[in-house]
Amino acid sequence: MAAVRKKKLAVFKFASCDGCQLSLLDCEDELLQLAEAIEIAYFLEARSQQLPGPYDIGLVEGSITTPHDRARIQEVRQKCHRLVTIGACATSGGIQALRNWADHDEFLNYVYAKPGFIDSLATSTAISDHVRVDYELRGCPVNKHQLLQVVSAFARGLKPQLPTYSVCVDCKREGTVCVAVSQGVACLGPVTQAGCGGALCPTHHRECFGCFGPQEMPNPASLSARYKSQEVDSPRLVRLLRNFNSNAPAFRDEGNRLSG
Amino acid sequence: MAKVDNARSGGYAQGEKAWMAKNALDDLIQALRRRGYRTVLPRVSEGAIVYADAKNTDNLPIGVLDAQDGGTYRLSQTDEDTYFDYVVGPHSLKNYMFLPREPVLSGKRVDGKWHFSTPQDPPEPLAVIGVRSCDLHALAIQDKVFLQGEYVDAAYQARRAALFLVAVNCRRALATCFCHSMGTGPALDQGYDLALTELGGNEEEGGFVVAVGTDSGGDVLSEVPTREATKAEISKAQEQVRQLAQELEQRDCGPADAAPSASDLPRQRQLDTGGIRDLLLNNLEHTQWEDVAERCLACANCTLVCPTCFCSSVEEISDLTGEEVRRERVWSSCFTAEHSYMNSGVVRQNTKARYRQWLVHKLATWIDQFDVSGCVGCGRCITWCPVGIDLTEEVAAIRGDQS
Ligand code: SF4
Ligand code: SF4
Ligand code: SF4
Repeated sequence: MAAVRKKKLAVFKFASCDGCQLSLLDCEDELLQLAEAIEIAYFLEARSQQLPGPYDIGLVEGSITTPHDRARIQEVRQKCHRLVTIGACATSGGIQALRNWADHDEFLNYVYAKPGFIDSLATSTAISDHVRVDYELRGCPVNKHQLLQVVSAFARGLKPQLPTYSVCVDCKREGTVCVAVSQGVACLGPVTQAGCGGALCPTHHRECFGCFGPQEMPNPASLSARYKSQEVDSPRLVRLLRNFNSNAPAFRDEGNRLSG
Repeated sequence: MAKVDNARSGGYAQGEKAWMAKNALDDLIQALRRRGYRTVLPRVSEGAIVYADAKNTDNLPIGVLDAQDGGTYRLSQTDEDTYFDYVVGPHSLKNYMFLPREPVLSGKRVDGKWHFSTPQDPPEPLAVIGVRSCDLHALAIQDKVFLQGEYVDAAYQARRAALFLVAVNCRRALATCFCHSMGTGPALDQGYDLALTELGGNEEEGGFVVAVGTDSGGDVLSEVPTREATKAEISKAQEQVRQLAQELEQRDCGPADAAPSASDLPRQRQLDTGGIRDLLLNNLEHTQWEDVAERCLACANCTLVCPTCFCSSVEEISDLTGEEVRRERVWSSCFTAEHSYMNSGVVRQNTKARYRQWLVHKLATWIDQFDVSGCVGCGRCITWCPVGIDLTEEVAAIRGDQS
């Protein structure tokens, strides 16, 4: 085994809260195993030593919200053999994509004393809107088991095996009672991708908030028609869809349709 | 045998009928537990009646009734002293026999050498209390899937051999029930160790007529305070079961009508199974498949709550060092992309193809495969579909165009 060169991992941050990188640090015991299996070459939040690229695997957290980041993601792409986006910000634009429906300049004037110093874009967009992405890891934040699985698969040159089906599949495997059917609560589970770990919110008697973005074949129009017939009003549904993944195409289009 | 006494020494034989007071149900649970059974009973949890482990009858949903329709399930509490007047909940025997997640293989590399093992632990004997006729028919179908033919699922077989079933004759049927159409109910006819028919309510002294289905059922019952059932009790129990069957059969008197009725009452389900195999196979390009695909979420709930659906996929799990690996079998569904993934890609690319695959297999090609329909008419797929898609309506719509 000694002859095999360890793969180099880099972690890059764009507009985000750092929560997904923290999920990696949160791996604790597995982190040591991870450090044995791959070389953590660039990960500012974990290590002051910075090794230059190219990198075998680049994990990208965060969305594109400034002209500077828009240019930087091109450089990052060039340095990484495999580029994996991690979390709702990187894969769809994140919670900050709510600005896509707001007046950007008005926000700037309201928040900053000297808005002239701020150089930001009017939109928050996914990494894949700017460069080619090899693999997406969904979630707000990502699930640490999925993260480890993806990193270890790439470290060994394997294809990761992550679900793309609905949250309902996990919900039923857990034996959880459906909140939509038994309580008439508007749950996004049927249109959301599984992966949070056993349908996290429904197991705590709450509706799914769509943290993992749209499932492989989402039909949000049918789901909202159903919830509307159960007296859930459109504004409530729009708020549900415009959450962590407001800019994911299936959620974005349905939210726009409902707010008409 | 004509003696009607308070205590009964010696076991009951198969086919005999006993009278058991309501509070003796707990004695039955204790008798099972003394014999080493893990006991699973119905209880209210998260707004529904589910199966859960219980050491006694303290959490039985006494007086609780359920109302079900497409995409809705609601409970109500009455002050009746009824033990089993709710009907089927989201769980079924499938949750206990065909496990949602089950390890099938594990491996470890020691000094460069792989050692593999399959789980061998004998299963804990399990007793489930409160199952219905449709559930027993569904279990018989899963038995065919997992136990018949060349490839026998050893883990399922071991769990199945250690299963004790206390079944209950339904006294109510829901709008979503159509066991009568599928020939699977409402009267219990096979597959139980003990069968309870609840008699009486608040007004009169309540109890159960207990029919003994197997020798082990008779043995367990001999440890419970019972007496032989009287002729009057037995015929009252039979009459009660017959009345419910008749009530369901009368649903068939009206025209097969998929349109919602004028009243607010939910549609009383039935399924015309006449020539159903050919009906579906001759209509694979019917426009109804597109219609249902507009509504269907491809969420897979229908398949996962269905007590006969048996699809699974295999997950390979490895630790970061690659020195320890595990293979697990998990519930899967024909509504997922991975289900039809082959080396050239996903075969069933859209919801139309996936819904059609489900329904045509369930009601048509299942018959070719297993000599029986894949549907027992429990109505779970109707109730637990978040948008209330109803297979009986879909079939009626296709049939409507044929006549
Ligand atoms: S609670 Fe939500 S995620 Fe669970 S089955 Fe119902 S709709 Fe799906
Ligand atoms: S298809 Fe529906 S009604 Fe038939 S057995 Fe399955 S869940 Fe029950
Ligand atoms: S029929 Fe209903 S439960 Fe089944 S996949 Fe479609 S929407 Fe989900």
